[in-house]
Amino acid sequence: MTGVLPIALEEATKVIQALLKAGKEYVGIMKLHEDVPEVRIREVSSEFQGKIYQRPPFRASVKRTLRVRAIYYFEILEVEGRNILFKVGCEAGTYIRKLIHDIGKALGCGAHMQELRRIRAGPLTEDSGLVTLHDVLYLYGRWKETREIGFLRRFIMPMEKTLEFLPKVFIKDSAVDAICHGAHLTAPGITYIETGIKPMDTVAIFTLKGEAVALGRAEVSTEEMLKATHGIMVKTERVLMPRGIYPKMWR
Amino acid sequence: MQEIRAPWDIKRELLVKSEDETDPKYGHKPEERPYPEIIRFGVINLDKPSGPSSHEVTAWIKRILGIEHAGHGGTLEPTYRSAGVETPR
Repeated sequence: MTGVLPIALEEATKVIQALLKAGKEYVGIMKLHEDVPEVRIREVSSEFQGKIYQRPPFRASVKRTLRVRAIYYFEILEVEGRNILFKVGCEAGTYIRKLIHDIGKALGCGAHMQELRRIRAGPLTEDSGLVTLHDVLYLYGRWKETREIGFLRRFIMPMEKTLEFLPKVFIKDSAVDAICHGAHLTAPGITYIETGIKPMDTVAIFTLKGEAVALGRAEVSTEEMLKATHGIMVKTERVLMPRGIYPKMWR
Repeated sequence: MQEIRAPWDIKRELLVKSEDETDPKYGHKPEERPYPEIIRFGVINLDKPSGPSSHEVTAWIKRILGIEHAGHGGTLEPTYRSAGVETPR
């Protein structure tokens, strides 16, 4: 398989857990084992949208119990004989090879996956600064020669980019270092809140400069956060920013 | 069939709870991080070739940049392999 593989460096490795849980998008070729009319292919594959049940394959690294995964869409882009070019958007942990096998079974003819390319991992897509290993080698070499930081910026993006789809809560400078020490976020520290947060949602805590401070679990909804004057709003689960970058305003 | 919206199709707005300013003395805007922080807090959106494993590719990146830690988000396994374990994500 080829395509979008986010690689987090040094301190940024802490965002990997968020990336692993992020939705993915793939394009691939499904090879049918018999001729099937195109309408029928479209009809059957459209049933594999929404919640599906999937049993991980034999060689899987996880327990082989039936699990539920969300398929956001399954689009057929092109049909050429028994080769079907498709695009699928799905929840993390969906086995595409298995999905194609199951569609083949539902069609009655059988099918297997011929080729697969990932075109999205969470917010990272083919259009958001995708680089090859050769690009990395070349650009890092140019940086070493010239010390022009622009060469690094051409292939390294801030870790914050990977958190784009998590709902965010922005906090005051005075609240930052306490969070870096593992404290939970209380109401007075909050400045801005994104809409749509529900209790138990994973949220990202950001500084006013747009730096990621921590990941946490919302205790209350956006509306309640807006109204609250005290109390814990977000329970800190994963600190992303090292201590001591912002001043210690607490004891 | 119940439709489920992809996370990239969900739009959020920003609401104000209280206004405050940030002191430029502390931290950096992510897109203005100097060296070496740009690497320390950085992510590479790599186009993985089909031959090597995600793990091997990550090890190469570590070697090229001369860094201690790197990790990949969401394994993409080699296209042609005889045996091994399939990892979702």
